[in-house]
Amino acid sequence: MSILAYNGAAIMAMKGKNCVAIAADRRFGIQGQTVSMDFDKIFEMGPHLYLGLPGLATDVQTVLQRLKFRLNMYELRENRRIKPKTFMSMVSNLLYEKRFGPYFIEPVIAGLDPKTGEPYIASMDLIGCPMETNDFVVSGTCSEQMYGMCESLWEPDLGPDDLFETISQALMNAFDRDAVSGWGAVVYIIEKDKVTKKFLKTRQD
Amino acid sequence: MECLIGIQGKDFVLVATDTVSARSVVAMKDDHDKMYKLSDSLLMAVCGEAGDSIQFSEYIAKNVQLYKMKNGYELSTHAAANFTRRNMAESLRSPRSHLVNLLIAGYDNEQGPSLYFLDYLASLNKLPFAIHGYGSLFALSIMDKYYQKDLDFDGAKDLLMKCINEIQKRFIVNLGKFRLRIVDKNGIQDKGTIAPQPIIAA
Repeated sequence: MSILAYNGAAIMAMKGKNCVAIAADRRFGIQGQTVSMDFDKIFEMGPHLYLGLPGLATDVQTVLQRLKFRLNMYELRENRRIKPKTFMSMVSNLLYEKRFGPYFIEPVIAGLDPKTGEPYIASMDLIGCPMETNDFVVSGTCSEQMYGMCESLWEPDLGPDDLFETISQALMNAFDRDAVSGWGAVVYIIEKDKVTKKFLKTRQD
Repeated sequence: MECLIGIQGKDFVLVATDTVSARSVVAMKDDHDKMYKLSDSLLMAVCGEAGDSIQFSEYIAKNVQLYKMKNGYELSTHAAANFTRRNMAESLRSPRSHLVNLLIAGYDNEQGPSLYFLDYLASLNKLPFAIHGYGSLFALSIMDKYYQKDLDFDGAKDLLMKCINEIQKRFIVNLGKFRLRIVDKNGIQDKGTIAPQPIIAA
């Protein structure tokens, strides 16, 4: 089995009208054995900028710490908030530095531009090859199921409430068909003047 | 084959480890201590590659002591757990990494008792109860069913007994007796050893 699926994870992000959403499951397991059901995989990197890290849990923690350090240095040097697109390049650069001995994570980025409020989502592979889209991005052990759910539920210009419902249903019904992700979920809805964090109670099998 | 168990109670953490020191199929020792004292109120239980467990845990223990001497105050449980994780994560991508599984139990005045689960890949998790080794296959479900927060020492010990008995009953390897310690506001206390109850044939 792939080392990317050793701990299990499912993360997706979606664009809406003047808002973005990012959601993840909460499981930390060691192959088939569930160890914890409150493991964080989505991290706040700024007031309107969130990062999802699915993959090998040890690299989730290592990459988060190294990225947070680089981000802090950037924002101190520039004395302003980072743009989501710039942050994506920072993540990509960090991953490509380890091209021949990679961190086993495939990040998802969701945010709003700090000045214009323009929604932004992106994902990349484990060596930092980025992919920016206008609809949704998925990453994790059940990406096939997530693509299927997003492809059938997502539509353009969803408001924050509809976007929450769409991303929640898409994620839940995807990871319920995966043995190594699920066990609860967390959803962030990011709008210009507020961010809503909601926990979902889901199937525990 | 080794087994480490940790249970967080109301104002303490209970840690239990098996006491067998095994080389291949031979049990060399039945009173081996797999716990290391990091500071007055920090206890680390270790299992895995024999040489690594001693080398790595002594390195961590001495550095936690050094930190206290340099700064005049001790590392919190959270800080010690993250220090240990970082060392493991850095060694993970070196030619010879430390292959050890850890439980870190501690008590500090701000956070109260806490228990951290660290596997050999250096994934850190804060948990109310944790088990390393094959024992987890039998005992985690018992923990899920019977664990309650705010357990007192007797409650935690009863729960531990349930786990150990199940492991004795269903696991083909005999792990023998378990060594018990707790960490609370008074520091680390020895609670002796407990043996699983003998199985009586029906």
